Amino acid sequence: MNLFIDGASLMLLVLGLLFFLSGTIGLLRFPDVFTRLHALSKTDTLALGFISASLALQSGSLLLTLKLLLITLLVMVAGATSSSLIAGAAIARGVRPWQR
Amino acid sequence: MALVFDALLALAMLWLAWQGVHAQTLFQAVVSFMLFGLLIALAWVRLDATDIALAEAALGSGVTGALLFAALGQLPPEPIRARRRTRWHRRLLALAWGLVLLAPIALLLYGVLQLEGRGLGAEVNASLSQANIGSPVTAVLLNFRAIDTLLELVVMLSAVVVVWSLGATAPSPLPWLPAPSLPALTRLLFPVFLLTAGYLLWRGEHGPGGAFPAGAVLAAGFVLAILSGARAPAPDGHTGWRLLICLGPLAFAMVAGGVLLAGYVYFEYPPRVAGLLMIGIEIAAGISIGFMLTALFFAAERDHSSQV
Repeated sequence: MNLFIDGASLMLLVLGLLFFLSGTIGLLRFPDVFTRLHALSKTDTLALGFISASLALQSGSLLLTLKLLLITLLVMVAGATSSSLIAGAAIARGVRPWQR
Repeated sequence: MALVFDALLALAMLWLAWQGVHAQTLFQAVVSFMLFGLLIALAWVRLDATDIALAEAALGSGVTGALLFAALGQLPPEPIRARRRTRWHRRLLALAWGLVLLAPIALLLYGVLQLEGRGLGAEVNASLSQANIGSPVTAVLLNFRAIDTLLELVVMLSAVVVVWSLGATAPSPLPWLPAPSLPALTRLLFPVFLLTAGYLLWRGEHGPGGAFPAGAVLAAGFVLAILSGARAPAPDGHTGWRLLICLGPLAFAMVAGGVLLAGYVYFEYPPRVAGLLMIGIEIAAGISIGFMLTALFFAAERDHSSQV
């Protein structure tokens, strides 16, 4: 059972790191602010969810799991809001979305 | 493994510190500084100093970052600094200065390595039972060196007074919002900010927490509310603001002096009510710190609103 939990936890952690990595590559390589936001906000939310789930499996306590869930929710809400603020500010400043 | 992590952390901190000074634009410098604060908080966690980590993350990175951004908003847009080629004798001079500055650092390092034992932790824990409070950090802050903490509050109060004396503060300006999501988020999160500040205050009695992190979280909540369009009266010259800002130092000083009337020495808490007094001081100080930081943010936003 322990082996199963550790294995699942490790898999979730690796998945989360892969998503963080792809988001970072997107941030560095994508052409404009909107596509970068797209890469960053989506992958970060997913990656954080995976990593929190992995840590929750390791925590072994309901209270810690709930705290991790709270952190994940707060970061999700804050991330979505700040992304929309950055995109809104960019549009208001006249930044045109990138077109091929 | 832990050593690799610590080494990476130290290198990242050095890199961000360099970026904070030498970034091409001030905006980049401010962002580097805020990231630097977060990494410092992480370093404090690695050193098992959760209290300082909390204070650093909330004050050093969060509130200071908001103040720096507000100050940045008042500056005219700056051109990107071109990288100039430095002359060889200037480089030589910089190198010489670096070597000169390295000497005191080496001396400090030598002194630290010479220290016996690991700080005053053992002494604090040994006399914790006399402090009538559970958390060793709070015992140090509010009991063993209470007068230092009172003076810190007075320093913050003087900073607010000095900022106010520089000119009148306008009521909070209605910010320009590109999206309606920020007010919605603030409505959702403001109670969470209040709850967290209260939790940190309560927790300061027996664990990491206390007035300074709680005040910073409170101020962060207020700043977020102002940024999303909440209206508040201008702080300077407003009696309510003055009372709230003075509450902490005043309560502290009154307790310190009040015990004289009961026949104790200055700052000697009567054992029976010591815990209660310290919690009272902590709550008053936390509220005051929150409002003082918010007042500083108001002042930083001031000129910005009159220009636009």
